[in-house]
Amino acid sequence: MSWVDVLLVVLGAVMAVVIGRLLTGPANADRVVALDLGFVVFIAATALLSIRLDVVAVDILVLAATLLGFLTTIAVSHLLERRPR
Amino acid sequence: MRWPDVLGGVLAAVGTALIAVAGLGMLRLPDTYNRINAVTKAATLGVVAVLVGVMIIEPSATAVGLLIPAIILQLLTTPFGSYAVGRAAHRSGSPLASITHHDELHRPAPAYRSAPAYRPAPPP
Repeated sequence: MSWVDVLLVVLGAVMAVVIGRLLTGPANADRVVALDLGFVVFIAATALLSIRLDVVAVDILVLAATLLGFLTTIAVSHLLERRPR
Repeated sequence: MRWPDVLGGVLAAVGTALIAVAGLGMLRLPDTYNRINAVTKAATLGVVAVLVGVMIIEPSATAVGLLIPAIILQLLTTPFGSYAVGRAAHRSGSPLASITHHDELHRPAPAYRSAPAYRPAPPP
């Protein structure tokens, strides 16, 4: 049980909060914000996993998740904006 | 224990603590806009601290070449994403918290949708 495992458990707890907010968000905008934080937690957990497993190639998932998180946030907020209220 | 492990571990722990604070804000803050505030802090400073810590621990060419573009992209794209989410939240009618003083973006009706009627110039 190294210190990386402790940080990964903390990130898992944050991801549980994010999933709870995705399921029970009062407005649809709250779900978009929760999705944004979910991508943040995924990026940090993948970077920590690359030093936990000692596999450097996992870092390519960090770059992919950065791009995918930005595009997903922009696309979903445009969908939310065009929707009749 | 080498000194890069200590420095990188401290940076990764600080970043994870910032993300945990954002999760706490996601749980406790009353409003969509306050939650956007909490998430943006975690997405810039928290993620960048974690990635710099990982890069200090594993300074191989692959890790540095993949993590430095990720850091730059994260720092450049997070403000735009948060701005788009906030604007979409306000336009889709997400409710404000009851402690909000005033709403700068409030407009009574979108009067700019209809163009003014065309009036031909009077003949000389």
